Amino acid sequence: MFIHLEQISFGYDSPPGRGAFSLAGLSLAIRRGSLTGLLGPNGCGKTTLLKLLAGVLQPARGVITLDGAAIAAMSRRQLARRLALVPQETHPAFDYSALEMVLMGRHPHLGAFRLEGPDDYSIAYDALAATGTGHLAQRPYMTLSGGEKQRVVIASALAQQPDVLLLDEPTASLDLGYQLEVAGLLARLNRERGVTMVLATHDLNLAASLCDALVLMRDGRVLAQGATRDVLTGAHVRQLYNVDADVHFHEASGHLTVVPIRRVP
Amino acid sequence: MAESALLHAAPRPSQIRMRMAVTLVAYGAVAAAACLLAPLVGSTSISLSRVFDRSIPFADNVDAQIFFVARMPRVLAGAVVGAALASAGVVLQALLRNPLATPFTLGVSAGAALGAMLAISFGAAITLGPFSPVPLASLAGAIGASAIVYALATKPGRPMSTSVLLLAGVTLNSFFSALILFVQYTADFAETYRTVRWLMGDLDIGGFAPIAGVLPLILAAFAMFAVLPSSLNLLSVGADVAATRGVDVARTQRLAFVGAALATSAAVALAGPIGFIGIVVPHLVRLLTGVDHRVSLPASALFGAAFLVGCDLLARTVLAPVEVPVGIVTAMLGGPFFLWLLVRKA
Repeated sequence: MFIHLEQISFGYDSPPGRGAFSLAGLSLAIRRGSLTGLLGPNGCGKTTLLKLLAGVLQPARGVITLDGAAIAAMSRRQLARRLALVPQETHPAFDYSALEMVLMGRHPHLGAFRLEGPDDYSIAYDALAATGTGHLAQRPYMTLSGGEKQRVVIASALAQQPDVLLLDEPTASLDLGYQLEVAGLLARLNRERGVTMVLATHDLNLAASLCDALVLMRDGRVLAQGATRDVLTGAHVRQLYNVDADVHFHEASGHLTVVPIRRVP
Repeated sequence: MAESALLHAAPRPSQIRMRMAVTLVAYGAVAAAACLLAPLVGSTSISLSRVFDRSIPFADNVDAQIFFVARMPRVLAGAVVGAALASAGVVLQALLRNPLATPFTLGVSAGAALGAMLAISFGAAITLGPFSPVPLASLAGAIGASAIVYALATKPGRPMSTSVLLLAGVTLNSFFSALILFVQYTADFAETYRTVRWLMGDLDIGGFAPIAGVLPLILAAFAMFAVLPSSLNLLSVGADVAATRGVDVARTQRLAFVGAALATSAAVALAGPIGFIGIVVPHLVRLLTGVDHRVSLPASALFGAAFLVGCDLLARTVLAPVEVPVGIVTAMLGGPFFLWLLVRKA
């Protein structure tokens, strides 16, 4: 397995060994090159899990390995060269240009003092082109639309040249058109560049269309994990969200679709 | 004015190396010119060529004496204080992810003022090297206030809470202001006047010794700032983003806070709390050079030096022979300018 979590526990305000954990004894495995969706209700620990994977938070117990090596033993820069995070929304305090935002993705390869050379610029322009934002390079990031911003942030993560891309609800604040656009972009990057992706989402239909594997989480535990077609069932949706839903294969789109019907107590 | 033309030019997509070189040379030249030309102006006019005329011995060269002995300490103090406050402003704005932060947001100035006030009111007689009681007490007050805010906002092994930093700073500012008012209420008129005058800022420090006294602190702060710029870029985008790009967030925040607190405390101990430099200069420079801290941080330090030297030149000439306190000049120039920036942006 490419990414492996073994008996991970984590609590925000409790000292190790005491108090309530947000994640309790969670284990999961992610294949190389897969596009894995994290599903679960609000507060189930999706974002916490992504931050643990990204090395932003450290587990109180348990080990996370990437390609066989414990990420806790890697330096921040070593980890950042292999793994990039795309937050739900990115609000810089100052008005950087899109190109500057993307160039910041080169930081783990440059460190604090080396300046970007021609190679770094071409990697950045390549990332902009790959996300269809080449024409926005000189635009101030803050003047971009929601979909453009999210694509620039993805470009910035690509400029890190990571093996793994972690995405926290990448389409949450986007309208339908941009949702499809970003989803298409992720599928293409996964296919063409072989980037392993883990994305947290509330959008079951996005997960159904995009992800080849799913991890279902509730109350800091894994309810089920496996291939999307096996895991995404009406029974699981009911267990996750307390919602009765009709899950069936949709001929025209070629993937499972989930139609929520009613909330159950 | 050339400046207004630059103001509307979008940051060019030139390579970072070139941008840094051009900016440092240009802003360095402005700062050097300010420091060289400001001492020529005053009640006695002197000529630059005579000042640097090596054929006249220094003891007989009145121009050189006025230039180096009478006026240069004040100009250099302006340069050092301007550079320290402007760069501390840039660093704190990035640390707090808030473009409205100033070097005084975190309680430094109120702590310094309380120290100065106590030294004035109780006539403390402690001196240390080149420091007389008031600068010494204001330095202690500034560092003490910073230490309190730092301790409140830090938990071991965790990134700082920027909201706790801001709230603790603002609260400490009003708490110290209340203490200052209380001490003032009990003080006599002369002491109160001296305190109020100290609060207006004054660069007339009477010699090079006080500058030499605070220079180690400011150089230490600049050494910390020197390792920060690319980390500040990422930190101002977001702490999590910075962490996943290889930045040690907690270490960057510590360095930024300690550096900014040192620079600000030293500047305030030398010249009193001179306002507006720490917010106007960073904003103006970011408009001119773009945000990238590898360019805007050194440029702000250099421009801050030139700006305060210029303001002090106005302060001592505009109503000559009466002097306007330099803090009034910076606020009277800086306030409307800042409002104009705000309106222009909105």
